[in-house]
Amino acid sequence: MINKLWVGLIVIGSLCLLLTGKADVLNAQILSSGKATLELVMQIFPLMSLWLGIMNIARESGLLFKVSKFISPLLHKIFPEIPKNHEAFGFISSNILSNMFGLGNAATPFGLKAMESLQKLNNNKEDASRSMITFLIINTCGLCVIPTTIISLRMLYDSKDASFIAVPCLIISFISLIFGLILDRIFSRRYHK
Amino acid sequence: MTTISSMFIPIIVLVVISYGVFRKINVYDSFINGAKEGLPMTISMFFSLLAMIFGVNIFLNSGIIDYFFDFLKPILVLLHIPVEVLPIAIMRPFSGSFGLALLNDLYKVYGPDSLISVLASVIQGSSDTTIYIITLYFGTIGIKKIKYALWVGLLTDLFMVIVALVIVPLFF
Repeated sequence: MINKLWVGLIVIGSLCLLLTGKADVLNAQILSSGKATLELVMQIFPLMSLWLGIMNIARESGLLFKVSKFISPLLHKIFPEIPKNHEAFGFISSNILSNMFGLGNAATPFGLKAMESLQKLNNNKEDASRSMITFLIINTCGLCVIPTTIISLRMLYDSKDASFIAVPCLIISFISLIFGLILDRIFSRRYHK
Repeated sequence: MTTISSMFIPIIVLVVISYGVFRKINVYDSFINGAKEGLPMTISMFFSLLAMIFGVNIFLNSGIIDYFFDFLKPILVLLHIPVEVLPIAIMRPFSGSFGLALLNDLYKVYGPDSLISVLASVIQGSSDTTIYIITLYFGTIGIKKIKYALWVGLLTDLFMVIVALVIVPLFF
């Protein structure tokens, strides 16, 4: 799937640029992607290491486990395949909580740790497991209580009530999350038939 | 709201470290051991991100999206949907910074409290960069077959846009 998407993006984009005579744009994009990726990764790397360090303290001290107990009854329902008290729940709940408070930088390493521990439970290491896809859908719905970037941008333009935006965002992302989880169930039933 | 958000990170750090001390673990060593995982993780995410940024950049700069907008415009006008939010709705799964740049433009032209700006902000704030999350998470742990993940992700994004179009006008 990713394979087809990637080929599609490149072939369609390149053909369109070549046919409209904008080969120079194509050249610039080919040359600049590497630099853009490196810059992105260099920004992520130190923050991610920092959060992985903090999280390791939380994990070794047992705090992560305690936090995950708060929302674990709900998570057990969403992820029936993961054994109860498995470490994956700690990472999943930390990831969800950080996303909800608009801490994208902290959420990514938690999410990656969650994926790693789901991979340990996965029978076929090259195929995505059902719980992995469910976890991914929760992430792509962007459930967020405080959308920090948008609120600050609204403040910058002198909005009358900058943080108001959090209310419709939360309602709509919650509705789309429910939809996503239902869709995920339907697709997984059909796939595993 | 933003003050709560800016307090949140320092409080987490303080609570985590204090709890570690309280449970008598060596917090310093624990931190170092955890932080060390950052390097292999960064390296394994680099290549899948490189591939996707390469593909997405060629696609975004190809101008094909403009043709697509021209094609969709009459339909949107017929349905009384503001055309201005279309780019943000289509680009959201691909790029976060692109959406933010578009938001900036819309705020400048229509003001941050107009229906168009609020609608665009909600579309930006109620979902995430689906394509990158899939690439990043699956690429880093070495998953090759992603099954139906992309379909569910993109269909959910489409559904979110429709819900936003219905709900946001109710706030005005």
